[in-house]
Amino acid sequence: MNKLIDLQHISKSFDSNLILDDMNLYIRENEFLTLLGPSGCGKTTTLRIIGGFEHPDTGRVIFDGADITSYPPNKRQLNTVFQKYALFPHMNIGENIAFGLQIKNKPKAYIQDKIRYALKLVNLEGYEKRMPDSLSGGQQQRIAIARAIVNEPKVLLLDEPLGALDLKLRQDMQYELIRLKNELGITFIYVTHDQEEALTMSDTIVVMNQGYIQQIGTPEKIYNEPENAFVADFIGDSNIIDAVMIRDELVELLGARFACVDKGFGENKAVDVVIRPEDVELVSPDDGVIRGVVSHIIFKGVHYEMEVQANGFEWLVQSTKMFPVGTHVGIKVDPYNIQIMNKPESEDEEAIGIDE
Amino acid sequence: MNKKTLAFPYVFWSAAFIVIPLCMVFYYGLTDDTGAFTFANIATIATAEHSKALLLSIELSLISTVICFLLAYPLAMILSAMKVGQHSFIVLIFILPMWMNFLLRTLAWQTLLEKTGVINSILAFLHLPALEIINTPAAIILGMVYNFLPFMVLPLYNALVKIDENVVNAARDLGANKVQTFLRITLPLSVPGIISGVTMVFIPALTTFVISTLLGGSKILLIGNVIEQEFTQTGNWHLGSGLSIVLMIFIIVNMVAEAFFDKDGEGTAL
Repeated sequence: MNKLIDLQHISKSFDSNLILDDMNLYIRENEFLTLLGPSGCGKTTTLRIIGGFEHPDTGRVIFDGADITSYPPNKRQLNTVFQKYALFPHMNIGENIAFGLQIKNKPKAYIQDKIRYALKLVNLEGYEKRMPDSLSGGQQQRIAIARAIVNEPKVLLLDEPLGALDLKLRQDMQYELIRLKNELGITFIYVTHDQEEALTMSDTIVVMNQGYIQQIGTPEKIYNEPENAFVADFIGDSNIIDAVMIRDELVELLGARFACVDKGFGENKAVDVVIRPEDVELVSPDDGVIRGVVSHIIFKGVHYEMEVQANGFEWLVQSTKMFPVGTHVGIKVDPYNIQIMNKPESEDEEAIGIDE
Repeated sequence: MNKKTLAFPYVFWSAAFIVIPLCMVFYYGLTDDTGAFTFANIATIATAEHSKALLLSIELSLISTVICFLLAYPLAMILSAMKVGQHSFIVLIFILPMWMNFLLRTLAWQTLLEKTGVINSILAFLHLPALEIINTPAAIILGMVYNFLPFMVLPLYNALVKIDENVVNAARDLGANKVQTFLRITLPLSVPGIISGVTMVFIPALTTFVISTLLGGSKILLIGNVIEQEFTQTGNWHLGSGLSIVLMIFIIVNMVAEAFFDKDGEGTAL
């Protein structure tokens, strides 16, 4: 698949606040790409630069082989779905959807067909004459999507489109968006701070923090093999532990040695280790690599979530088996579930680490 | 305490100074010297002198309103696009003149515009031809625009600042250029502000007699001057009241028509 959008060396500051620093990113055709990060990480600015609402201080935006860096939004072959829907309040739903087509002077019959097609696609047939403020948030968001896709854009930009919806509706809309993406066969660029949303829908996730890309990869890769402590911490729950790589396939953490599968970090090298809570195995004290005491437990439905004090570290553990508070346990981790990450080397890299 | 009793001071106020005077205007306007009921006072609007004054009033007020609108709209757009903090200073500059007495401001214009006034002295010093603007309709329009411009700027600014920036962005995103976006999005969404501003400029301009007296000399009579003269000089309260009723009806018809276009009811601030 070829690069549809290519961001080259993009930098952007607002009032001497550096938002994006020399960012490079490409988006392939038909990809569902999610920009994920905490607020202020530059994800929305990236989207607005692609949409043409902001201009980068340096760098180029290449779209389908052409440099569109200086193009205004109306000259770009992409459409945006805004966070708060941004429907035109003085027009009814039909007029809202027709707007882009009327601007392009499409024939009336064509526009009518398109309105009907788009409303059917978002499951809101017969809403042509309604006014936007008479619709619920979820319905307005569907109309905003319908209004964008009738223009047959090559790329749909979505700026936290589900942010204002309640949890149940948000989950329904996630499936809806995946279905739309498959039916339309176009590229989606999606911005969110919700890691679950990103994991559910994306082909590719770009994790960002403080203007830098932290990791690019598939949801599985991002979750299972986070490249640094920030990514591990931001995506899902995790135990992030200071450790020393003794040699290949052996790591020492909290005074105990664990077998792992990583190689090539060198000998006696300081590293960060991430272990997901569901990968921590609780066994009888004698069978574990280290010993601990359960200090806290809550029931989460599918599993129990426990805190175990062991060798001065508070382990977060998820297990379907229950260990009451005060139980002495042993801790064991499968070598494949120990993820070794390089520590940030310079101060610059430190700055892009965990900021929470 | 019952909340309704809290309204009593205002009820008293409006009865004493609004309702009763209004009834008196209607009483005088609809009776003659003997106290007999008549439409004759109202009908005098049809006389050449009165209808001319009313038409001139409408003409000058309309021109002033249009000029105010054309001056205020771009300014309001610039203000609404500014960041908070920046615009408050500029808004202040615009409403600063309003802190000075209306009569004083108008008198100042008289001094500036006089045949031997400040402006002409400067022009003479520069060997430029003198301006003969005082005592012309143009001077009245100038006075109206100067005095009523802030009443146009503020409602327009309020309407424009309420427009969601992303609604404008969405129009651009859907392919509209800047002109199309303005005509199809910004302008229609600012209609409540336009109606409010137009009302707040047009009605005071229509009923003014101070501006026309001070800047128009005694030759140009607006409907406000005619009514004022009937009360203060001729002493014919019946005729003055009759003409006031005509003016009131005209304004009410106007406001009803405006309310028809202003479905959100934001323009009824007056």
